[in-house]
Amino acid sequence: MRKRLLGWLADAALILYFVFALFPIAWMLILSLKPTNQLFSTYFSFSPTLDGYRTVLGDSEGIPFVRFFVNSLVVSVGAVVLSLVVGLPAAYASARWRFKGSENLMFTLLSFRFAPELTVIIPLFVLYQELGLFDTYVGMVWVLQLVTLPLIVWIMRSYFADLTPELEQAALLDGYTRKQAFFKVALPLVKPGIAAVSLLAFIFAWNNFVFPLILTSSEAQTVTVGALSFLGGDRPKYNLTAAAALVSVVPPLLLALLIQRYLVRGLSFGAVKS
Amino acid sequence: MRLALRPYLLIVPALLLTCGILYPFGLGLYYTLFDFSASKPQPDMVRFENYETVFTQEAFWNSAWVTVLYAVGAAAVETVLGVAVALLLHRSSLVGRVLEKILILPLMIAPVIAAIIWKLMLQPSVGVVNYLLRPFGLGDVQWTDTPTGALLSSIAVDVWVYTPFVAILALAGLRSLPTSPFEAAAVDGAGWWYTFRRLTLPMLWPYVLVAVIFRFMDSLKVFDIIYALTEGGPGDSTVVLQIRAYLEAIRFQRYSFGISYTIVLWAVVYLAAMVLVRHLGRIQRKAAEVR
Repeated sequence: MRKRLLGWLADAALILYFVFALFPIAWMLILSLKPTNQLFSTYFSFSPTLDGYRTVLGDSEGIPFVRFFVNSLVVSVGAVVLSLVVGLPAAYASARWRFKGSENLMFTLLSFRFAPELTVIIPLFVLYQELGLFDTYVGMVWVLQLVTLPLIVWIMRSYFADLTPELEQAALLDGYTRKQAFFKVALPLVKPGIAAVSLLAFIFAWNNFVFPLILTSSEAQTVTVGALSFLGGDRPKYNLTAAAALVSVVPPLLLALLIQRYLVRGLSFGAVKS
Repeated sequence: MRLALRPYLLIVPALLLTCGILYPFGLGLYYTLFDFSASKPQPDMVRFENYETVFTQEAFWNSAWVTVLYAVGAAAVETVLGVAVALLLHRSSLVGRVLEKILILPLMIAPVIAAIIWKLMLQPSVGVVNYLLRPFGLGDVQWTDTPTGALLSSIAVDVWVYTPFVAILALAGLRSLPTSPFEAAAVDGAGWWYTFRRLTLPMLWPYVLVAVIFRFMDSLKVFDIIYALTEGGPGDSTVVLQIRAYLEAIRFQRYSFGISYTIVLWAVVYLAAMVLVRHLGRIQRKAAEVR
């Protein structure tokens, strides 16, 4: 009897936490469906409308949110693809060969995860102005490497390390070259890992705020910065802000639900193996 | 020879890309030796004057204090709450199994978006939080308009976003613990609290510590949550170091002075990382003994 009561209490505590965790998302949805004239009067009873979304997606406040959304897609995908191209060979090399300085090199890569962003952004801001990279896709993709590359190298390294080297050695004996062994044997085996880490890296790039805040102004601005612009102006447009915020979290939330099973390894940079 | 070179060749592209970032870092370090600002495009070499100004400024020490309060507060609450949530989920009741699938959601929302959501919810007169508190006679809390309130509110947003991170790592840790010590304890008739304190916690701690290190280091360089929620206000009450650096370098266009701030923060984060990682090694060895 006492045990059952404790079980109920535990469930109640869990539910309480999840109310705290989910209420803001639900509230954002409610707020985004409110018509402008009922924003401040009634809390839970109102006539829902999609006008907020129409305004946000229709450029009518002078804020090209759809463009920001496309920008986010382009620079996040760009950063992930570039990171995969340079990161996969690096991860493979560091998992397969112990060589002089390999641990230090890897730690250096990971250490960028802990660097305060503004340390590099401010010089980059000056540099980008001179090079014409300010407010461009190339400039954003380049700087988002700081987010995506360490993640991809570190996680793929542990995926490659889990493969037994014998598989590739067998391929080499069959007359494959090293390159073929990598592309035809090792790479296909870590495909699920690549998929998971790419999506996670995409989410991190998408969610980044500091880089686009300082290194873009209008052409290459992303949704995280764009969503803030609805808060400005003389009259706060809460419903539009909520709609913009909700639209901007759709891709990460969908992907998170999709790759949930692989997330632990990604989030801990392989520090917790499970 | 060919074989020995190969791993380096494979890593070179990644390193080049990284060095592309190291270059601005070095450039920034170099800038801090000058008085480079919008009002002075032809800067003079001032050597370490920028750093002297940083350390003698009261604003710096205020920012450092706020940053430490924020990082310690957020990391502490997230650890306790995250481990508690993980323990509750580990019981694996029906409710837990359903809820576990959505544990990740707040973590996937950009912190700046989370801060925007909370900003709307915490509006004093029209926000939903005060609306829900009104029946309890607490309807007029000025959440982000008082110094203490602003700091606590920004920590609350951090807790909302990142508690799942600690919970997920702790849960993964719990699931990888060996079962035999727990069975032995159950046979011996050990109570829940005894098992938790003597077995679960010591064995789980290395996993949790990884999460704590990540959270503490990240919170030391918090920017987006504060930027969207309070922009450092009211007054200087939530001006953490990265916000101060942003204000100096971008808002007031004192470039080299702003960068000096971030270099100091960078050094602090590195020292903290070194100490914590060493501590982690010791804890991990100790946990191996308990097993």
